[in-house]
Amino acid sequence: MKPSIIFAIIFTLGAGAILAVVLLLQGHTFAVLEPAGLIAAQERSLLITATLLTLIVVIPILALTFFFAWWYRAGNKGARYTPNEEHGAMAELVWWAIPFEIVLVLGALTWTSTHELDPYKKLAVLGHPLTVQVVALQWKWLFIYPEQHIATVNFLALPIDRPVEFHITSDAPMNSFWIPQLGGQIYAMAGMSTKLHLVASKAGTYAGGSANYSGDGFAQMKFKVIATSEDAFDAWVRGVQTSSGTLTLHEYSSLADPSTADPPSFYGTVEDNLYTTILMKFMQPSRGMPMHGIPREADPRPNVLQYGQAPREE
Amino acid sequence: MFGKLTLEALKHGLVETIGQLVVLGSASAVIIALFYFKRWRWLWDEWITTVDAKRIGIMYILLSLAMVARGFIDALMLRGQQAVAVGDNVGFLNGEHFSQIFTAHGVIMIFFVAMPLMFGLLNLVVPLQIGARDVAFPFLNSMSFWLTAAGAMLINCSLVVGQFAATGWLGYPPLSELQYSPGVGVDYYIWALQIAGVGTLLSGINFLVTIIKMRAPGMKLMRMPIFVWTSLGSMALVIFAFPILTATLALLSLDRTMGMHFFTTDLGGNAMMYVNLIWAWGHPEVYILILPAFGIFSEIVPVFAQKKLFGYVSMVIATLLIVVMSFLVWLHHFFTMGAGADVNAFFGIATMAIAIPTGVKVFNWLFTMFRGRIVFPTPMLWFLGFITTFMLGGMSGVLMSVPGVDFQFHNSLFLVAHFHNMIIGGVLFGFFAGLTYWFPKIFGFTLNERLGKWAFWLWLVGFCTAFIPLYILGIMGMTRRLSSIGTSTEWHSLLVVAAIGACIIALALAFQALQLIVSIIQRHHNVAPRDSWNGRTLEWSTPSPVPFYNFAIIPRIAGRDAFWIMKQAGLNHASTQYEDIVMPKNTGMGFIIAACSFAFGFAMVWHIWWLVVLALLAIFICVVARSFGEDIEYTVPAAEIARIEHGLRKLV
Repeated sequence: MKPSIIFAIIFTLGAGAILAVVLLLQGHTFAVLEPAGLIAAQERSLLITATLLTLIVVIPILALTFFFAWWYRAGNKGARYTPNEEHGAMAELVWWAIPFEIVLVLGALTWTSTHELDPYKKLAVLGHPLTVQVVALQWKWLFIYPEQHIATVNFLALPIDRPVEFHITSDAPMNSFWIPQLGGQIYAMAGMSTKLHLVASKAGTYAGGSANYSGDGFAQMKFKVIATSEDAFDAWVRGVQTSSGTLTLHEYSSLADPSTADPPSFYGTVEDNLYTTILMKFMQPSRGMPMHGIPREADPRPNVLQYGQAPREE
Repeated sequence: MFGKLTLEALKHGLVETIGQLVVLGSASAVIIALFYFKRWRWLWDEWITTVDAKRIGIMYILLSLAMVARGFIDALMLRGQQAVAVGDNVGFLNGEHFSQIFTAHGVIMIFFVAMPLMFGLLNLVVPLQIGARDVAFPFLNSMSFWLTAAGAMLINCSLVVGQFAATGWLGYPPLSELQYSPGVGVDYYIWALQIAGVGTLLSGINFLVTIIKMRAPGMKLMRMPIFVWTSLGSMALVIFAFPILTATLALLSLDRTMGMHFFTTDLGGNAMMYVNLIWAWGHPEVYILILPAFGIFSEIVPVFAQKKLFGYVSMVIATLLIVVMSFLVWLHHFFTMGAGADVNAFFGIATMAIAIPTGVKVFNWLFTMFRGRIVFPTPMLWFLGFITTFMLGGMSGVLMSVPGVDFQFHNSLFLVAHFHNMIIGGVLFGFFAGLTYWFPKIFGFTLNERLGKWAFWLWLVGFCTAFIPLYILGIMGMTRRLSSIGTSTEWHSLLVVAAIGACIIALALAFQALQLIVSIIQRHHNVAPRDSWNGRTLEWSTPSPVPFYNFAIIPRIAGRDAFWIMKQAGLNHASTQYEDIVMPKNTGMGFIIAACSFAFGFAMVWHIWWLVVLALLAIFICVVARSFGEDIEYTVPAAEIARIEHGLRKLV
């Protein structure tokens, strides 16, 4: 096949593919490119800047590859041919330098943006942050609002323009807590508490879920995020507080049993320090095993919830 | 008596039963064919006991072809499931089975397709390119291959008896711990990788020593072909990285079988340690695969541009930089685990810094084409396809090396598209180019060009159709490993496009199979000369196919592009001053040790303790017996060499 035919095919296919994709994607949500919060917006602009920087190398290389392949084809007797040329100090210096320069710029951008977008960093947004404690379960999300003393399952309501401080753990295999339109993700791990600071700046309904595979029900481990005005949020909190059940340790224990595709549910009151209890239960030695020579009966440590075991009624 | 193994282990659902029958059917077909054609003796003498690197190389490639069939059927099932499991339709795979399939797909494609293909090419080419008659340790080479094959058989065994891991290809705890994965799947995963991993490590040592110690006189380090350099780099990575994998999996198996708590959620276990360790192996592993592919392109481009490789020294420096830097970037696989900004930024910048030596390599290939006389047989098409896809994959990789961007793409289909971009567009295209390029050298006839070009174009189009939608889906917020996609998503149409892409790739694979069959049928019309492509390196100075001793007379190397210099100087192969050659004797010990290792692995999976002890004892006895063996070499007399060479000369 002649090179010119090959290029013609490539361009036709490329153009056809782009056209098909454009037609196919009308009216779709590009979550990462359609931010509804400050962090997601910053991450998007970082993505765009980084893309443009890499294109500085990618486009010339692709263009040169195809130009050289075409111009220096064996059939083109008009092209220069220097079969023994094997080295050019200046040329090689240039192409060590070009990627180096780009990485220098991109590296500086990485250093500043990584500190800027550190998920643990408190946001420079006015307002008292709302704390939400997130627990990944098999296979659903539990959200505890400690200041409001309420909890929800597979449903997250947030006020807009108020910073949110997520404390994240897991009572299940590792998951990753991700709401693409509000910003990037962080892992949820048993016995550990990770942090994520986000803020919603546009009212709306957004998709959230787990990004790290965690077992059979993983695909259904999704939740809805409703971002509303501060007033609507307060009204929603009051509604949950008055109308729904209580999340006791006992209730939590059955909630933590594996289940899939749970519809959203709500708890008007929550056991105090539930999040800490869930976190700490992995840090205590199993009560079944005597540690450091302490006999089981004489164990002075406080009772904590054991995995899969109902709490003792006191 | 049989540990945890009961008849229950054979009972499966419909889809799995079909898999079971396919495995058992093809195994029995092979056995029946061997009886029918009375080929057992031939199989044992010529192949199973061989220590000839070229034959071992061919067996590695055959293993890879057998396993790609399974790995690719897995891929078709994954794509098929995601294309139909929308809304109320749950598709044809349940969550558990879907997970087993994506785990098996990843494990098989990396460990039992890409790695054997790489070692196959190394076995075929490295000794020839450095002017050696074999590798440094021929018996070890045979054992390494059979250990890899034993690992592959253990994975296939999981399809028939019991089940495979449903954890993802890296088996992150705590999901892979007994608490969440009580079945035997993870144990199959652990022991298949442990057995194959020992084989890989031994091969790594073998080839490193071969390249350092077995070069022909005059072949200084800076005269070695770039493929040998990149192989050297890759083997150095194997030697440093694979022990980490072995240790990590050993700790996991201690957790699972001995009740220890390295990575469990309770009693002080820490899963983050596993994630760090597995990626301290896992990232170098990517470069173990891609470096030889870079080497292949560095051989192919000068030959088909009919010009010296531009910037040899730059290439070597870039290769060595990649080797060192590949150990400094593992944390970029989990920026989202909660490390501080300083740590994340360091690993992000280290990652993008690898793009510098990689970029240099690309520029050097480019300026090898500059002022060349380029011809376009299939290997060169694979190179152009590689540049196109690899630039896209490299770009998405650099993007994700910025932690702020990675937070939005981690574990999304954007990531899945990125690494398939590197592994298919980079590694696989490179290996295809190498297979086409060196095929005539090994088998003595060329592959059909027309069908090869068809396969190439179908691969390229299929690849784009299958993976560009995944990039877009990642941007739309779709995560990986979803067994169904729910009702309210807009992802369906693109998933259908991706499934069509997978079918185009299936067609491409069919064309490659057809290419092989047609080429074999027409082999008397496609006879390859010594120097099929007007080559530049030593392998093209040998007859095609290469005689078992590679070189009747060990060549003296005068510079880079050793064979090119010989051709320029007008040296022909006229010397007939043959000498006796000492060659290693065939031995079945490698095969027997690997068979015992398979039994050991199977017994560990099912807790059949007496078999564990028996198999270990057998392995120990075999190793001791082999190490005392003195009758391991034989001499081919000079007269015999002269007779063979004379016959070959008449042919060419």
